[in-house]
Amino acid sequence: MLRFVLTRLSLVIPTFIGITLLVFVLIRLIPGDPIETMAGEHGIDPARLAQLRVDYGFDKPLLVQYGLYLSRMAHGDLGRSIATHEPVISEFRTLFPATIELSVCAILFAICLGLPAGIIAAVRRNSIFDHGVMGISLTGYSMPIFWWALLLILLFSVQLGWTPVSGRIAVQYFIEPVTGFLLIDTLIDGDFGAFRSALSHLVLPVIVLGTVPLAVIARMTRSAMLEVLGEDYIRTARAKGLPRFRVIAIHALRNALIPVVTVIGLQVGVLFTGAILTETIFSWPGVGKWLIEGINRRDYPVLQGGTLLIGAIVMIVNLLVDVAYGMINPRIRYAR
Amino acid sequence: MDRSILLAAVCASALVFASAASAKTLVFCSEGSPENFYPGVNTTGTSFDGNEPIYNRIVEFERGGTKVVPGLAEKWTISPDGTTYTFNLRKGVKWHSSKSFKPTRDFNADDVIFSIERQWKESNPYFKVTSPNHSYFGDMGLPKLLKSVEKVDDYTIKVTLDRPEAPFLADLAMPFAAIQSKEYADAMLKAGTPEKIDQDPIGTGPFYLVQYQKDAVIRYKAFPEFWGGKAKIDDLVYSITPDASVRWAKLQKGECDVMPYPNPADIDAIRKDPNITVLEQPGLNVGYLAFQTQKKPFDDVRVRKAISMAIDKKAIIDAVFLSTGIPAKNPIPPSMWSYNDNVKDDPYDPAAAKKLLADAGFPNGFETDLWAMPVQRPYNPNARRIAELMQADLAKIGVKAEIKSYEWGEYRKRMQAGEHQMGMFGWTGDNGDPDNFLHTLLGCDSAQSGGSNIAKFCYKPFDDLVVKAKTISDQAERAKLYEQAQVIFKEQAPWFTIAHAVQLKPVSKRVVDFKLSPFGRHNFYGVDVKD
Amino acid sequence: MTAEVLESPVVVAQAGTAPHPLLELWFDFRANRGAVTGLVVIVVLILLALSADFVAPHSPVITDNTAFLKPPVWQQGGSIAYPLGTDAIGRDMLSRLIHGARLSLLIGIAVVTLSVVAGTILGLVAGFYRGVVEIAIMRLMDITLTLPSLLLAIVIVAILGPGLMNAMLAVAIVLLPHYVRITRAAVISEVSKDYVTAAKVAGAGRLRLMFKEVLPNCTAPLIVQASLGISTAILDAAALGFLGLGAQPPLPEWGTMLADAREFVLRAWWVVTLPGLAILVTVLAFNLLGDGLRDALDPKLKR
Repeated sequence: MLRFVLTRLSLVIPTFIGITLLVFVLIRLIPGDPIETMAGEHGIDPARLAQLRVDYGFDKPLLVQYGLYLSRMAHGDLGRSIATHEPVISEFRTLFPATIELSVCAILFAICLGLPAGIIAAVRRNSIFDHGVMGISLTGYSMPIFWWALLLILLFSVQLGWTPVSGRIAVQYFIEPVTGFLLIDTLIDGDFGAFRSALSHLVLPVIVLGTVPLAVIARMTRSAMLEVLGEDYIRTARAKGLPRFRVIAIHALRNALIPVVTVIGLQVGVLFTGAILTETIFSWPGVGKWLIEGINRRDYPVLQGGTLLIGAIVMIVNLLVDVAYGMINPRIRYAR
Repeated sequence: MDRSILLAAVCASALVFASAASAKTLVFCSEGSPENFYPGVNTTGTSFDGNEPIYNRIVEFERGGTKVVPGLAEKWTISPDGTTYTFNLRKGVKWHSSKSFKPTRDFNADDVIFSIERQWKESNPYFKVTSPNHSYFGDMGLPKLLKSVEKVDDYTIKVTLDRPEAPFLADLAMPFAAIQSKEYADAMLKAGTPEKIDQDPIGTGPFYLVQYQKDAVIRYKAFPEFWGGKAKIDDLVYSITPDASVRWAKLQKGECDVMPYPNPADIDAIRKDPNITVLEQPGLNVGYLAFQTQKKPFDDVRVRKAISMAIDKKAIIDAVFLSTGIPAKNPIPPSMWSYNDNVKDDPYDPAAAKKLLADAGFPNGFETDLWAMPVQRPYNPNARRIAELMQADLAKIGVKAEIKSYEWGEYRKRMQAGEHQMGMFGWTGDNGDPDNFLHTLLGCDSAQSGGSNIAKFCYKPFDDLVVKAKTISDQAERAKLYEQAQVIFKEQAPWFTIAHAVQLKPVSKRVVDFKLSPFGRHNFYGVDVKD
Repeated sequence: MTAEVLESPVVVAQAGTAPHPLLELWFDFRANRGAVTGLVVIVVLILLALSADFVAPHSPVITDNTAFLKPPVWQQGGSIAYPLGTDAIGRDMLSRLIHGARLSLLIGIAVVTLSVVAGTILGLVAGFYRGVVEIAIMRLMDITLTLPSLLLAIVIVAILGPGLMNAMLAVAIVLLPHYVRITRAAVISEVSKDYVTAAKVAGAGRLRLMFKEVLPNCTAPLIVQASLGISTAILDAAALGFLGLGAQPPLPEWGTMLADAREFVLRAWWVVTLPGLAILVTVLAFNLLGDGLRDALDPKLKR
């Protein structure tokens, strides 16, 4: 087991260095200059531009800049945003909890609905329920979520007025960030009104972001369950006269969960993609929106640092999923 | 997600909202996060808005106008040759305090000198703190204009200029000239955290900063010891809401009281809302289509005129600006002094345009390019869409225009280098002086490659007028020269003037005495709310 | 951007099954009502796209200065001249949607062709030449997969400049790793089989082995992935368009139309709703088709 973990780890480090290099090079290839972009209609005097480029270190050869970047990164310094002059890491720290809160809630939403739906669909195969779940989930899977978000806003926020339109919490609540997760911070504060406000702000973005994972989980659960239900040991258990519920809940589900867990792990990368769109539409103060702005402003340090941190997180989650999978299923351990 | 929970949540938030109204709170749905809390390195109006409650300048623009009035300086005198300014500073002005710093003294001359030198002198230890890019200080030409800034005594400052410059006082009233505390700066320098003064700001303004959460909210509280008297509202909240339609929805629901930059498409609905007033004022800006007058075929005034007559300006206003813009005929906005209302705009007349084009030797039209900026600007809500309309109009007189665009920084640079044939651009006034439009955008000085004269228009009779006006200090006399210049401008048609964006500000009826700033800034001192 | 799902071991393990006769495939496929519906929708879309110039009542780019934001015909103020209304500068929505079908199908097919061809070649190379080449290729693919796909696509478009071609290229690059991985996995499981050894013994060259012997036996998972890849490609390109980085106006690409119409969300529902609906229906049709193909090609899930 340890060897398996170590081999996986040894793959992670070169991948990470590869990401730093790829991201560094890609970002420098983007045409445009952060200083010029900021200058607006006024433009900027060439002499001052040259001076500023020196001040920001853009005048050095790319390789030197990359080396400097790596060595600073080793000390935990990801540089400062060119637009705001704040350290990238501290901006990330303020914004990341919002993204996490949204993503975790979206995944929970997807699991809570997708798992039971998939199980029931499998058990009642070819029933109306099964067809309904499969039809809906395929629709969800095909959904352009940016459009889905607009529709939900139009219906629930504008027409019915049930949910807030954007943001994380109503402005009248003054919550000092402790963890950065508003659902937790409001409870620490003991302010239930604020908690409800935070919750109601979460509803639509969570539905939007959770739609695709929900569809995927429901489909995966159904097919995994179908496969397991066809196995001999299930038939044996049934034949022995065990209650139907017990067979499904204990014997079948446990084995069917293995592929489902993998799929959930794989959804993490997908979630970030969805988060970029969801945050943009709902003005959710998270990392996705920050990165889009970073691209528009040619804010190299933000883009670089943000992409790296997200890449690192995706890698760690994938690693954990791999390890967990290896633990559940010994065959995988020796496959490589 | 259960529906009953949802309903409960909505009801609960409504209840709390009602009770929270007792302390006077004004919520401004701002359009974005400020860059930081040091206006000297800021480049966006959004950032200036975020800093407006906190800081003062030695002179200020009067609320809702462009007139320069006393700020931290009570009065000033200008030497007869126009090069020496002596400012008498206000006494007893208190600084805010923060968790990490309590001021021990009132505002004085050292603070003014520090705030200017920080942007001016590379030797100042704060020159590079936060950013060495003091954009506006440079854009206004101050590094070359300033000769010396001296402290006469604790409450007197003497500024000497290299040459007389009529708009200098107005420059000092601009947001970038905010005054910061030298005592705070020194303390933070000693503590090894100089950038703190730009993150936890301390100013002399009517409000102090309580909390800032990037992309979410900025909270201020009224500063009781403000030298002009405590603000009428107690709490000022900027609720950061980038999407225009969402801002409108929030205003409608009472979640905010003032919103900037409404969506042109929503204006009709907003006007119908009984709880909302829409304040409006023509902005200090102009959006235009510049012809590269040094390139064929646009070196021929007949071609420029023909294009100007072929484009349906009204359709552009109706489709893109809707009620957020008024058609432009002069290069300066109508609210600016010296605006010449006698100038007649070229009529929309495709037949005459076609004839004129034939006279100029292009009976079958020609091929050209049409540049459209990739981003929304205050003077142009959607350049792409305008370009599509222009393209369709020009096709009718045989001119094939290809729409081109580049990344915004690149776009401006290429335009300033004169690489285009026709291109859209625009300008927002910095200090309310016509010179800032007519000389900066159309004078020979800036027509060289890289200059801000996008049309590369250098026409002696015009240039003579605007250069002469720069050296005269009498406004009435200057106005006459500028009026003549506008007549020549129309004859020569270096631009097709598109529109002046109108500043529209939907404001809740509970807000009392909010005044529009011609510069598009938002100032909440003096504003009250009623319940 | 959820194509990863299909790489679950279940599908890959099936790579080795012998190809079904086409007729049997068709019978299996026909039994699946959803798949047939998908196919019908796609055929209709293709017909519309091919005949857009004759079918569409108006030009997709010509503006009508007298009819900005006209509602669809059944609403008050609508007119029969513009059955689905007009957009902000007076262009016919119906015509733009029909011409948009052309673009979306083009995007789907071009992107998938590009990444299937490039991905298969890279996968074959990685599977055949183990060692450094394989490590280099697979590491690069891992890195690409680690970055959120939309973010990577956005960065690529930022480098190349916004536009339809560049957006297609970006999406193709983002989809690439899936095909590389599938092909490589299939190749590795094929190479050890007897027929490959036999061919080797018979003196077949490496290229011949790759393309004539092994590749045909890896096609089943590739076909399934490709048919589903079309829907991913359309969605991703539309997302880029929505962020203003894809096809540029006046091109009637659905995502771009949606982005252009976003400001009218409160005022003119049709300019926002219709392009999104078009995207949804098209993507759904391709997913139904892909599902049907997979079921038909995969005996394990067969009834």
